[in-house]
Amino acid sequence: MMYYSRLKMASVVAVCLLGVVLCLPNALRQPSAALPWRQIHLGLDLRGGSYLLMQVDMQSITSDRLQTLADGTRQALLGAGLGYRNIATDAQAGTVTFTPRDPSETDADLKALRAMPTAVPGEFSVDRRPDGNIAITLSPAAMHERAREAVTQSIEIVRRRIDATGAVDPEITRQGDDRIVVELPGISDPEHVKRLLGTTAKMTFHMVQDNALGTVAGPGVTLLPMVNAPDQKLPILDHVEVDGSDLTNAGAAIDQQTGEWAVNFSFDSVGARAFAATTQANIGHRFAIVLDNKVVQAPVIRSAITGGNGQIVGGFDAQSATDLALLLRAGALPAPLSVIEQRSIGPSLGADSIRAGALSLGAGFVLVIAFMGLFYGRFGWYANVALLANLVLMAALLSLFQATLTLPGMAGMLLTLGMAVDANILINERIREEVGRGRTALAAMQAGFERATSTIVDSNATALLAHVMLFVFGTGPVRGFALTITIGIVTTLFTTLLLSRMLMVRWYARTRPTVLPV
Amino acid sequence: MFERPLLRFVPNGTRINFMRGRFLGLATSAVLSVASLILFFHPGLTLGLDFRGGIVVEARTQGPADFARIRAALATQHVAAAGLQSFGAPDDVLIRMDTPPADAPDREARTQAMVDSVRHAIATLPGAQVLRADAVGASVSAELFRNGMLALGISLLMILAYIWFRFEWEFAVSAVITLVLDLTKTVGFLVLTHFEFDLVMVAAILTILGYSTNDKVVVYDRVRENLRKYRTMPLAELIDLSINETLSRTLGTSSTVFLAALPLALFGGASLSGFAWVMLFGIVVGTSSSIFIAAPLLLLLGERRLRRDARPAR
Repeated sequence: MMYYSRLKMASVVAVCLLGVVLCLPNALRQPSAALPWRQIHLGLDLRGGSYLLMQVDMQSITSDRLQTLADGTRQALLGAGLGYRNIATDAQAGTVTFTPRDPSETDADLKALRAMPTAVPGEFSVDRRPDGNIAITLSPAAMHERAREAVTQSIEIVRRRIDATGAVDPEITRQGDDRIVVELPGISDPEHVKRLLGTTAKMTFHMVQDNALGTVAGPGVTLLPMVNAPDQKLPILDHVEVDGSDLTNAGAAIDQQTGEWAVNFSFDSVGARAFAATTQANIGHRFAIVLDNKVVQAPVIRSAITGGNGQIVGGFDAQSATDLALLLRAGALPAPLSVIEQRSIGPSLGADSIRAGALSLGAGFVLVIAFMGLFYGRFGWYANVALLANLVLMAALLSLFQATLTLPGMAGMLLTLGMAVDANILINERIREEVGRGRTALAAMQAGFERATSTIVDSNATALLAHVMLFVFGTGPVRGFALTITIGIVTTLFTTLLLSRMLMVRWYARTRPTVLPV
Repeated sequence: MFERPLLRFVPNGTRINFMRGRFLGLATSAVLSVASLILFFHPGLTLGLDFRGGIVVEARTQGPADFARIRAALATQHVAAAGLQSFGAPDDVLIRMDTPPADAPDREARTQAMVDSVRHAIATLPGAQVLRADAVGASVSAELFRNGMLALGISLLMILAYIWFRFEWEFAVSAVITLVLDLTKTVGFLVLTHFEFDLVMVAAILTILGYSTNDKVVVYDRVRENLRKYRTMPLAELIDLSINETLSRTLGTSSTVFLAALPLALFGGASLSGFAWVMLFGIVVGTSSSIFIAAPLLLLLGERRLRRDARPAR
């Protein structure tokens, strides 16, 4: 207890010096090649910026898959010369059901459907229901996998869209199963980003049903509204002629002839071939450009378009044309995203918070130091040295982990400082008691260290439990608070159990006092 | 000052008979906690944005905030039922709105869209700027509330388990009962002061719980040590001795934590001062409950059991 080997002392000092080195990058303005460049990140509440929590619409992923599965079912049955009635999808249950044309065809139906190609083996099962209907059921595991992929893909597309806006240091992370967190430092008004992310941008090219057949929805035909005139609906064939994912480029430009804003796009070779074939075969008919289930434009095909280039004109202005081009370039989201939580902080409020936090931290530090000096004398000042080291080490660990410092996090640092000296107070009070009982200086110090250690570990362990819980269940700035306190507990154990004790032991070894300054 | 301490809290050998006033302490605590529970049900906590959902926009206007003009500007954007309130400085204003009712269509989307409407309204006021704009959907607020309560509940259980593991069950039970009593008083304080109850407050409460437990552990640790040391001393006397022996430390640590939190309450800005005041309140409550509640409870629960080994000696 009262002896520190040279090696132990050297290690304690080395850790403290390492702490100072790790803190240095925070004091410099420019990155330096000589130092490991890791700085504490300032949280959005200090730096200013926006936080968006987005929900991926899982329901639509299921219904999209069911829609394709229903199409596949129709084709498989027709291909085998079989018939069906009442084909329906149920997104809740994840099933496609239909009634066989004749009960005698049931076995043939099952056989044809089980031979359908699947994306993943075992993606669905085909069963006969007691009521004679046939159900194709998606397996929950396959759906889960598909949903997981959809979120991963969404994150990628969100990143591409946000990068295209020129945002600096955006952070895009998955949260839970079906959520995406977008953090945008420096963007205090997220309205534009919200609009960009709130658009699925799923563009497809369809044929419009000929007027001769009437404007009604039916099997394979859906009535979709026009973007510019939501009351006016067009009967659009469900079959996708060309998919927007086959685009290679898109850009906004003013149309030379009309002077209107337009979006020009070009297809890749697959898209260009399909587009050429479709336009070739349907000269004189109307085709529709459908964006997120709304018809942007439905021109009549005058001639085959073979160059692989096209243009969308739909009453755009400069902003909406630029945005649409950006969205088409970045690609469509696999499912709609909606914002369910947003928080944005302007730069001036962030600067105010930094000032308030720094002022409080400074004032609290001075008060605690003065208290320890007044009430505990020499040993109090040793505790103060440890306190300073504690602050440095906390900053060092926060930098090393590149943790995010939030305003509650600064409060956490301050409270850690207040709590940290508890260990020194415990030791000092114990020494004082032992001196009061007539022990020698050496025996009193030994007893103080020994007895106080288990108490120090106990009290820090309980505090640690509470804050780990807070970190697990908390979000945003509160997690920053829990993190700084947790880091603070670790650094406190080091500085009190090793550093301040070392100072006291060294002082004893140097002076061999008979009376302790307690 | 640099060698010998200049000040002391209590002189060596202080013997205050705390256990004599144990029923007074317990009764006072019970009255305060019951009053807090009544306050909890009526008028109840002011829920913050995290737990209530809806939107809060903080704006700074040119000159003192003119509520009538702000209301007029909001009306042009068809934003109604807005609660306005000064915040910190006279030119700072908070605009609050609740989430649309549960049966409203597009509830989540409309909550988020309200922020943009309020932003557009503020933009029409000359010189005004938005400092902060938050919108929390109903599903998220319900989830945050559940998580906050889970963090509180699990922390209490883990503290119970930890003290149980380290001490005997009498210690663990008295500590957790005391913590729950502390918690109710903090809730009462929140209701009276109208500080908003949100995630940051949960953080404050958890910190108080951690601090308060720490305080009790120190006293209990000494009780356990003295139980071994003085095999025949009656429990009441022994607990009194333990409290007195640790009194200087108890006051010392609560002072340093109090001093650390005080600047936050004074200069921490509007967003942190509520947190800091609750901390300060919690430090006072947690420190006094170690002496006046946790110790008498231990005496009540442990009178027979903890001294059973010692009795035959008499």
